[in-house]
Amino acid sequence: MSELTEQQKKDYWRYNLRLTVILLAIWFVVGYLLSGLWAGELNKVSFLGFPLGYYMAAQGSLAIFVIEIAIYARLMNKKDLEYGIYEEAKK
Amino acid sequence: MNLRKIFTLYTVGFLGVTILLGLAEHFFDLPNRWIGWIFMGLSLGIYIVIGILTRTSDADQYYVAGRGVPAIYNGMATGSDWMSAASFISMAGTLSVQGFSGLAYVMGWTGGYLLLAVFLGPYLRQFGAYTIPDFLGARYGGNAARLVGVFSAILCSFTYLIAQVTGVGLIVSRFIGLDFNVGVFVGLIGVLFCSVLGGMRSVTWTQVAQYIILITSYLVPVVVLSWQLFSNPVPQLAYGKVLQLNNQSALAITRDPQEKATREIWKAEAAAADAKIKDPATSAEEKVKLTAASKTATTQAKAPAASDDATIGNYLTVPKGKGMWNFLALTFCLMVGTAGLPHILARYYTTPSVREARTSVGWSLFFIFLLYFTAPAYAAFARFSVFTKLVGSKVADLPSWVTLWKPAGLFDVVDKAGDGIVQLADFVIKSSDFVVLATPEIAGLPFVVTGLIMAGGLAAALSTADGLLLTIANGISHDLYYKVINPQATLVRRLTITKVFLIVTALIAAYVATFRLAIIVELVAWAFSLAGASFFPALVMGIWWKRTNKAGALAGMVTGLAVTLFYMIGSRFYGMSWFGTATVASGVFGLPLGFIVIWIVSLLTPAPDKATQDLVVSVRYPKSGSASAAINAGH
Repeated sequence: MSELTEQQKKDYWRYNLRLTVILLAIWFVVGYLLSGLWAGELNKVSFLGFPLGYYMAAQGSLAIFVIEIAIYARLMNKKDLEYGIYEEAKK
Repeated sequence: MNLRKIFTLYTVGFLGVTILLGLAEHFFDLPNRWIGWIFMGLSLGIYIVIGILTRTSDADQYYVAGRGVPAIYNGMATGSDWMSAASFISMAGTLSVQGFSGLAYVMGWTGGYLLLAVFLGPYLRQFGAYTIPDFLGARYGGNAARLVGVFSAILCSFTYLIAQVTGVGLIVSRFIGLDFNVGVFVGLIGVLFCSVLGGMRSVTWTQVAQYIILITSYLVPVVVLSWQLFSNPVPQLAYGKVLQLNNQSALAITRDPQEKATREIWKAEAAAADAKIKDPATSAEEKVKLTAASKTATTQAKAPAASDDATIGNYLTVPKGKGMWNFLALTFCLMVGTAGLPHILARYYTTPSVREARTSVGWSLFFIFLLYFTAPAYAAFARFSVFTKLVGSKVADLPSWVTLWKPAGLFDVVDKAGDGIVQLADFVIKSSDFVVLATPEIAGLPFVVTGLIMAGGLAAALSTADGLLLTIANGISHDLYYKVINPQATLVRRLTITKVFLIVTALIAAYVATFRLAIIVELVAWAFSLAGASFFPALVMGIWWKRTNKAGALAGMVTGLAVTLFYMIGSRFYGMSWFGTATVASGVFGLPLGFIVIWIVSLLTPAPDKATQDLVVSVRYPKSGSASAAINAGH
């Protein structure tokens, strides 16, 4: 396996940081604003027969967290392949 | 046979047995006790067989399951490791009673996995240690950080363990009729067989089997109810309608004159009790009883809706002001605590690669999501069953299960107004656990569904107990004994010590559980704040900032832990209050402080040596450095 150059290392890490920051920003907005501080306002809107604020806290935020992790795993695993840094799975 | 085939067959087999039992109940009146025994015997038997089949005495297998657990199975194992008796039995009930505020648990216990995924999981796997204190020891050099880690790990895990053991005892005593203390020890056999024989390897595969049982049993009652009511097999979608129906019922009950009369009687009772408490002639003993009676009466006197003409029940009302602050603070503490609990973090050491560790966090949350996403629906269906099946029925016609459940102390039905009709105000809820445990019977489902719930609750409690026990025993034998006291110890000796401590810890936990201390439930909620405040800052800073040094990490861990404990004890017992924060959310102060202290102290003291800094950087790139090789060489 070839070593990564300094530039490659920098790029890889920057990509990772950017992805992490974006995901955490969504996590914060969904978990603390939409399902928390703003839930009272959102409750005035109805979604699938639920008040939207309640729905976000009970189900919507959870689903978004699952999707976020799936995206993270997918993008980072793809990046690893691109840079050739991954282990062969042990049999 | 490959894993997929084995677990598919297993799932089909389990469902088959459940259906057979259902048929036997329907056609041959199979007694309830028998159904309880069969479910318990069968599930414990499966766990013991898995324990025997996967026994091992190889270090890598014993500590980290040979780092060979595929992502999806590690996801299921994490799911049941994570979901304890509290998630399974109590969460839906908490939601049903607390309404919106209770959703902090649902969000907190899922949102934490994102923190775990992006900050810790893959990096810990790349680092490749055996335990969490092991990581702290390697990263921060020397034994001090390792020992603080062992101390916090045991502090968080032990109270949590007692709660699981208590859960096992309750389930066994309620469904099978064994004595609570006997039930506790019967359950322990199931736990010890796995962990002692095969360490992490056995625990992993048992947890996968337990996940399948617990998720099946949680989904069945709600799916059946949803199908009966709406011909919709997806309760998570159908329950919006149930919420609306519940609100209508709540309003109707609030207006109903008969209900109003019953509430008045309770109100008078509460007032009478309060007057007696004020009377100086009343003895202290009497006062305690009266206070409890007054509290019950006050609760019963409360109408289900805020007012006669409210358009929405208080069930969905979003808290404001201090209530909102506590909601957000609790959500935050639970999230960070989730990402800091050592028995969960250790599961990500067991995947074959960093890639699989990332995918595995995703699977973990997906499997946990399946249950948590159902819990609010479960709560709504439970309320619906109470409103439609129980309220308004004749006291004389009450089905036998009402009397059968009485000794369990979950709820009581008293005909307060003496009118022979069950009013909502006649339904005295003693523990919101009735929601999960008794809803199948309130809704009139066959007993086999209740038996299934029992097997699920047992699986949830046992799987979490397994993970916690192993964390405690490994902390003592690997980190304390091998790494600190006797580095020359042979593998056989280390494993023997682990096994001895597994048994000793389990027995101590069982012994403490027999006292039935009321404080245990509270302590479990505290464990999240403690884990969050002690581990999370030191782990995250250790991975993400190479300048973090030993002095900083130690100071941060100790400060986080101390401040959190200080506020917990102060607010719980001495009436302390910072911004009106509830005791369960104590970590909200210690945690940020932990980060700040690590940062400042690290900058004030010399940087760690170059080797350590290189190690931190190498952990960023999967398989690029020699990090895991270097750490493993020490074993």
